[in-house]
Amino acid sequence: MDNMVASNNTLTAYDKGPGRITAGPSGRKPRRRLSRRNIIVYGTLIVVALYYLLPLYVMIMTSLKGMPEIRVGNIFAPPLEITFEPWVKAWAEACTGLNCDGLSRGFWNSVRITIPSTIISIAVASVNGYALANWRFKGAELFFTILIVGAFIPYQVMIYPIVIVLREMGVYGTLTGLVIVHTIFGMPILTLLFRNYFAGLPEELFKAARVDGAGFWTIYFKIMLPMSLPIFVVAMILQVTGIWNDFLFGVVFTRPEYYPMTVQLNNIVNSVQGVKEYNVNMAATILTGAVPLVVYFVSGRLFVRGIAAGAVKG
Amino acid sequence: MTSVSVRDLSLNFGAVTVLDKLNLDIDHGEFLVLLGSSGCGKSTLLNCIAGLLDVSDGQIFIKDRNVTWEEPKDRGIGMVFQSYALYPQMTVEKNLSFGLQVAKIPQPEIDKRVKRASEILQIQPLLKRKPSELSGGQRQRVAIGRALVRDVDVFLFDEPLSNLDAKLRSELRVEIKRLHQSLKNTMIYVTHDQIEALTLADRIAVMKSGVIQQLADPMTIYNAPENLFVAGFIGSPSMNFFRGAVEAKDGRSFVRVNDVAFDVTTYPAHTGLQPGQKVVLGLRPEHVKVDEAREGHEVHQAVVDIEEPMGADNLLWLRLAGQSMSVRIAGQRRYPPGSTVRLTFDMAVASIFDAVSENRL
Repeated sequence: MDNMVASNNTLTAYDKGPGRITAGPSGRKPRRRLSRRNIIVYGTLIVVALYYLLPLYVMIMTSLKGMPEIRVGNIFAPPLEITFEPWVKAWAEACTGLNCDGLSRGFWNSVRITIPSTIISIAVASVNGYALANWRFKGAELFFTILIVGAFIPYQVMIYPIVIVLREMGVYGTLTGLVIVHTIFGMPILTLLFRNYFAGLPEELFKAARVDGAGFWTIYFKIMLPMSLPIFVVAMILQVTGIWNDFLFGVVFTRPEYYPMTVQLNNIVNSVQGVKEYNVNMAATILTGAVPLVVYFVSGRLFVRGIAAGAVKG
Repeated sequence: MTSVSVRDLSLNFGAVTVLDKLNLDIDHGEFLVLLGSSGCGKSTLLNCIAGLLDVSDGQIFIKDRNVTWEEPKDRGIGMVFQSYALYPQMTVEKNLSFGLQVAKIPQPEIDKRVKRASEILQIQPLLKRKPSELSGGQRQRVAIGRALVRDVDVFLFDEPLSNLDAKLRSELRVEIKRLHQSLKNTMIYVTHDQIEALTLADRIAVMKSGVIQQLADPMTIYNAPENLFVAGFIGSPSMNFFRGAVEAKDGRSFVRVNDVAFDVTTYPAHTGLQPGQKVVLGLRPEHVKVDEAREGHEVHQAVVDIEEPMGADNLLWLRLAGQSMSVRIAGQRRYPPGSTVRLTFDMAVASIFDAVSENRL
C-alpha cells in the first residue's frame, strides 16, 4: 500500500513539472564573454597568431610591389600598384648560374624527387611496420632496435659514405640516387610510425584473418590497409614536407641540372650579381613553400575526417 | 571417437612456462568449457588448438589427424573472438564470405553457405550493413556466422560473450546452446564466467596456472569439487569454508571450528577422516537450512549480519564460528539484520578437503 502511494506521488510530481520552479539559480549557468580568463586566452592566441602571420603578410605585400615602391622602405604598407611581374620572373625568368628559366626547373625536379620517394618509402615502411607488429619473426626486436638507432645517427656522418656508395652504384648525381637516399632516410621514423599503428589495431582481427586462411599479403592488403588511411596520410604529410624542404641531400647528391626547388631558391636569393630583387625573392620563396602548405591544408582535413569517420575503430 | 586430442602439450615464452605437459581429449560433438580466471592459460590453450600459437612441445590432433604444425586454416576449425574481430571495412556479407573467397571456393557455393548461416543466426536483414552499424549482440552473431560458413567440425569460442551486457549475454548463451544442439559440432569454449560454463558445458575443465584442476560434467564440478580451488571458484556466492580439525566422539565424526563442532557423520567419506586431521569444511549457501529443524540434524544458532534480497532468492550473511558465512533462502523469507536464526546443515552434500593438500576427502 505504501508503494502505491509513493508511485502516485511521483506521477503527480511529473504532471506539475513547469509550475514547480522556485526563485534562485535554475537551468544553464550563465557565463560572461568578457571574463578575465577569456581575455587572457584569446588575447594570447591572437598575439601569437599575428606574430606568425606577420612575415607572411610582409612577403606577400612585397612580392606584389615593383622595385621602385620597395625602395620607399615601408615594408608593411600594401602595394599602391599591384604587379604580378615578380611572380612571373621568379617562376620562369630568374637566373641561377647559366640557366635563366626560373624556379620552374627546380619545381619539376622536386616533384620528380618527392613523388617516388614518398610512395616507395611509405610502401616499404608500412610493410616493415606490419611485419614487425603482427608477424613476430625471430630477430624482429633486434632488427627494430637497429632501425631506430639508425634514426639517431647524425646525417653529416653518413654523407660521404653515401656519396661513395651511390658512385659505386652508378647513380651519384642523378635523381634516382637522391630518391634512394630519401627512401632510406625515411625508413626508421616511418617504420616506427606504422609498427605502432598496426600494433594498436586489435590483435584478434589479425587472428581472425589467419583462421580465415589469409596469408601475409592478403591480410596486409585486404584487412590492414583499408583500416589504416589516417596513418598513411600522416606518413604522407611527413614525407612530402620533409623531402620537399630538404636542402642538404639535394645539394650534395645531385648535379645542378637536377637541383631541387629549395637549392634553386637559395641560389636565386643569394646571387650576388646585380641588384637584390626583393619582390622576386619573396615570390620565389612563397612559391617554394606553397607545396607543403597545400599538403597540410588538403590532407590535414582528410586526416581529421578519417578519424572522425571511425576508420580506426573495430 | 575423439574430435580434438591434446597430448603432452607444453608452451614456454622464454623462461616462462604457460602450459606444461597438458593432456585433454574431447569427444566428437562434445561441448567443452575451459574455465578459469584470467592468466590461467585457458585462452593460450585455445590459441594453440587453433594454430595461432606455436607449441613448444607435444601434439594436437583434430579428427585423428596430427595438426601440430598445420596452419590455422588447414585445421578444420572456426573461431569466435571476444572483441568480435569483424573486418570493419567490409559488409556483414563480405565478413562471412571473406574466408571462403580466400580459399577460392566457387561463388554459388559461397552464396549458399552465407545464406544458410545467416538464416540459422537470423542475420539476413543485416547482410548489407557494416559492422559499425550493428549492435554488440548482432556483431557477435555475425562473428559466429563467420565460423559457421567455414563448415568445420570444431568451433572455438574465446570468451565470446564477455563484451556484451548481462541481458544480451544470457540471450546469446541460450542461442549458442541451441546452435550446438542442432549442429552437433565439437565446441571448445573459453570463459571466466562460471554461469556460462555450468549452463553450456557437457564437461568443464577448470584451469589454474596452466594446469587442469578438474575435468568433469558441470554437476560433478559443482557438487563434488576435486580440490579447494575448484570449490571456491565455482558457485556464487562462494562456498563457505570452515577451517578446523577432525574430532571423533561416540562413533560420530565432527569438524571443530573454534567453538562450533559440525557433525559430519553423514558425509559420505567420513570414515576416512582421521581424528586431529586439519581439514576445510565446505558448505554451499543453498545447502544450509534456516529455521527448518530436521530429524537427526544438529541445530546451530547464528545472528543475521546483512540481508541481500535478490528477488527469487534472499541471501543472508551470518556470523558462525567466529566467521562470516552466506546462506541462500527463498526470496519471500525475510530476516532483518540482528535476528537470530537456527541453522541445520546437510552434510551429505558438503565437501571436506584436507587443509594441507587441499584435495577432496
